[in-house]
Amino acid sequence: MPLVRNGAIAEDRFVRILDDMPVPDGLAAIVPAARLLADAGELARRNGALGVLWPNDRNVSELTPHLDRLALVALVFPNFRDGRAYSQARIVRERYRFRGELRATGQVLRDQFLCMLRAGFDAFEVSKDADAQAFAAVVSRYSVHYQPAGDSTPSMSMARLSRARPAAVLAEMPRQD
Amino acid sequence: MYIYDDFDLTLVAERVAEFRDQVARRLSGELNEEEFKPLRLMNGVYLQLHAYMLRVAIPYGTLSSKQLRALAHIGRRYDRNYGHFTTRQNIQFNWIKLSDLPDVMADLAEAGLHGMQTSGNCVRNVTTDQWAGVAPDEIEDPRVWAEILRQHSTLHPEFSYLPRKFKIALTAAATDRAAVRVHDIGLRLHKNGTGETGFEVMVGGGLGRTPFIGKTIKPFLPKRDFLSYIEAILRVYNQYGRRDNIYKARIKILVHELGAEKFAAEVEAEWRNIKDGALALDPAFVADIAARFRYPDYKALSDNPIELKRARAADPKFEGWFRNSVTPHRTPGYAIVTLSLKPEGAPPGDATSEQMDAIADLADRYSFGEIRVGHEQNLALPHVAQRNLPALWEALDAVGVATPNVNLVSDIIACPGLDYCSLANARAIPVAQELSRRFKSLDTQREIGRLHINISGCINACGHHHIGHIGILGVEKNGQEFYQITLGGRADENAELGALLGPAVPYAEVAEAIEDVVAAYVELRERPNELFVDTVKRVGIEPFKERVYATR
Ligand code: SF4
Repeated sequence: MPLVRNGAIAEDRFVRILDDMPVPDGLAAIVPAARLLADAGELARRNGALGVLWPNDRNVSELTPHLDRLALVALVFPNFRDGRAYSQARIVRERYRFRGELRATGQVLRDQFLCMLRAGFDAFEVSKDADAQAFAAVVSRYSVHYQPAGDSTPSMSMARLSRARPAAVLAEMPRQD
Repeated sequence: MYIYDDFDLTLVAERVAEFRDQVARRLSGELNEEEFKPLRLMNGVYLQLHAYMLRVAIPYGTLSSKQLRALAHIGRRYDRNYGHFTTRQNIQFNWIKLSDLPDVMADLAEAGLHGMQTSGNCVRNVTTDQWAGVAPDEIEDPRVWAEILRQHSTLHPEFSYLPRKFKIALTAAATDRAAVRVHDIGLRLHKNGTGETGFEVMVGGGLGRTPFIGKTIKPFLPKRDFLSYIEAILRVYNQYGRRDNIYKARIKILVHELGAEKFAAEVEAEWRNIKDGALALDPAFVADIAARFRYPDYKALSDNPIELKRARAADPKFEGWFRNSVTPHRTPGYAIVTLSLKPEGAPPGDATSEQMDAIADLADRYSFGEIRVGHEQNLALPHVAQRNLPALWEALDAVGVATPNVNLVSDIIACPGLDYCSLANARAIPVAQELSRRFKSLDTQREIGRLHINISGCINACGHHHIGHIGILGVEKNGQEFYQITLGGRADENAELGALLGPAVPYAEVAEAIEDVVAAYVELRERPNELFVDTVKRVGIEPFKERVYATR
């Protein structure tokens, strides 16, 4: 499964650790949420970057004591219609100010890239090769959006205020007697 | 009228380009139907019984004449020469080809129209009073807030994959014409004790298989907090709304299961985190949106001009229409005119392309180029000088949209039902057509008075049968079409769900059963102007039940 990081296809340096597999020292590793919560102290003492795979039905507030030590948080889209991780992503980025890698996993398809990016994700385990190739083109489809969100691009509402009256108006009302 | 600027137009154009690519990938097989489905749904494209259906958003029910002509063009060029106005102030085209859809979207985009937010599990087209901005009983124009919400929720990165669809309605009037208590979020603009204007926030209303009246979770929300509070509601819902069962996924179930107080506390906690952030509304931003609404340059006219008086005295037909279809306007000398899309024997809410073009021309001539769409599936011209009413009436009559049955028994609301909809159990349109034939006499209709009949072809309740004074719900029994009848529902500020009359009746008997109900009401009412719903409230269901089932 191709990984897109910071807008380009990239090598995945993290290994996935399942349930109670040992975590090898010196390697970047992603552990399940339960493991992180159970073995936090031990995991902190090892060498190598640490990431966590956090399910979408677990409150992300439980993550806060550990965020400083995490290089990566992976959130899950069990299928693309299940949008819970969008909220989790925004909370982790905007409220907890997490600056590490925020990775989308699960069913990650091209038509969701932009929402994910705007919610604060910067890495994507993309389900299809063709979608990964198309990443840059897909996320630049929209040059404008209305609302402020997790990314730091300005929203239309703010941009509008910072300039003069609208240049193009579609239809002025007809006058009549 | 909200005037789109280049930002809005750019976004719509980019949406068309994206959709064109998605359709191409579907046609080439790169996308399977399962993957394509949510993408087409987010652009208002459904797969119905016979063809794809396209639903076009008409934000808060306001259309320009140019937009109405664009809709007429779509009907003519890509469909069967008509469109169907829905109970959510949208329009549907029932016979569109998948391969034509990108071109349809491009043609719509030229008029600033699109299908975004008309389907899918996102925040749907925000609705409001069809007389917003012109009704005399409003404290301000609620469309400014509907537009702020429309913009905020359009392609929202966090809330495009909610557990289920999400409907928001707004009113700023004493009389609720937007049915805010039966929406996922209902908002009522009002003034608090100190004279400040803000919102009463209701959540968890809705119809469908488990109908609920919305609960107030915030009696007064300051304007500054409008977006942040709604964002907090959506965020709580997105995380905790049920996703295991499609029938339990609406916010009303979450509110019901948690209890309104606990739900309100969750929202409050989330809101405290974000209320002073980027969503706190700057008055300059609100003023900027408000400034994009253009209001007509009304003339100084007085009420009841001589032209109107003369026509009323001279022509009883005109007088009948005037009393039925013309409503007071907030500006002296002007009136709001409702155009009935419910002529005898026709499917409720349909308009042909010729009618749409003619209405667009009349709007230019008599209503400052503006048209409104109401949730009762009628249209309105919102700014007509009273002195022009006689001429307008003749022109409307010539195109068949001056039937004086607004709010009367033949002004029936009906969903598409089994004629189009793949979810239907029973037909809805033919029932409406039959009823409109049985109650065709205008004298009888006037004598009966205000009476709303709502028909849904299945439990999804798109015809809002629970809140009809008389509700008719199609059900299936051993492969046959049957209909449950409910009485006493209402959608206004005293919203209530109708009570079940008794066992469902078969298709062939439903019109007669309704005639019995109406006849019983005429006998039971205390005085001629006691409304149907008030009689039901006073005497209960029993006397109606006896009447209907005595002979069955
Ligand atoms: S109520 Fe049922 S039959 Fe009618 S349009 Fe909705 S889903 Fe279709």
